Amino acid sequence: MAADEGQQHPLKIYWIMWGALFVLSAFSYATDFMQDGLLRTTLILLFMFAKAGGIVWIFMHMGWERLALKLAILVPPVFIVVLIWLMAIEGEYTELTRIEFFGDSIFEPEEVHH
Amino acid sequence: MSEAVMTESGETLPAGTKGVVADFSADMQSFHVPWGKAMMWIFLLSDTFIFSCFLVSYMTVRISTVDPWPNPSEVFGLTMFGADVPLLLIAIMTFVLITSSGTMALAVNYGYRKDRKKTFWLMVATAALGATFVGMQAFEWTKLIMEGVRPWQNPFGAAQFGSSFFMITGFHGMHVSAGVIYLLVVANRVRTGFYEERGGKYEIVEIAGLYWHFVDLVWVFIFAFFYLW
Repeated sequence: MAADEGQQHPLKIYWIMWGALFVLSAFSYATDFMQDGLLRTTLILLFMFAKAGGIVWIFMHMGWERLALKLAILVPPVFIVVLIWLMAIEGEYTELTRIEFFGDSIFEPEEVHH
Repeated sequence: MSEAVMTESGETLPAGTKGVVADFSADMQSFHVPWGKAMMWIFLLSDTFIFSCFLVSYMTVRISTVDPWPNPSEVFGLTMFGADVPLLLIAIMTFVLITSSGTMALAVNYGYRKDRKKTFWLMVATAALGATFVGMQAFEWTKLIMEGVRPWQNPFGAAQFGSSFFMITGFHGMHVSAGVIYLLVVANRVRTGFYEERGGKYEIVEIAGLYWHFVDLVWVFIFAFFYLW
């Protein structure tokens, strides 16, 4: 494929991806009716990454790009995992320090009314 | 799926990891895509880091607060026909944005087929769905502000909830609004034949599409981490 022809693919693949996004979003929304726990968290992440992957790979055509572009764009965000790890440690530490010095919460939430 | 490619000088570049080395190792073009597309990808990469910073800081304040975090499925719930439906408006907003992503993907395809009329109308449909999304978000903000949610306090729990909510959804909403304007500008140029005078290339539709899909992509993460978690 010459570089300047652009991304041309059969329409069918977009319809399939579109349908898959609808189904995955419905599943995502359905997790809100589940009990909190490891299973729910896993499903939230699973559906999230499936949707994100589909959008980037098919809709944004990343799957058809050359490896150099794929690596240049997709590898840097992986390092965000390090930031998440560091800030999770920092957050836990801050919470423990607050409880140690100021005591636990005395906040009484109001009922939600619509 | 990445294949060997021909350069302008007629040299054939290999695929795979050898292709990576070949693409980066010489005094030549590294990304064999139109420059506008490469730059849009670089911009989206930087935007990824901005949204990551917002979401990571939201995680940090949510972990570190000792006050209970408001339950999003109650706070964002709506009462419909006498029953409380959790996250109803947010779910509808999600489907609106996905629908707009689909119409955008079709617009890109028809753009490359040089079907200007279909491309124009699909882009207008995408922009209209985007504007609908922003409108629903304005409704959401109004509702929460009426209920007493502020960036510094709220009646349902930890004060940081408000600041994270307004910051993250506000920045995303700003991206959607900018996208609507961007799409309408490009759509109008497709309609008037602006690109026909410039060699009849419609890669600009794909570049605008990249931005639009990215906005949808960010929403996927906001929906999972802010509304569902």
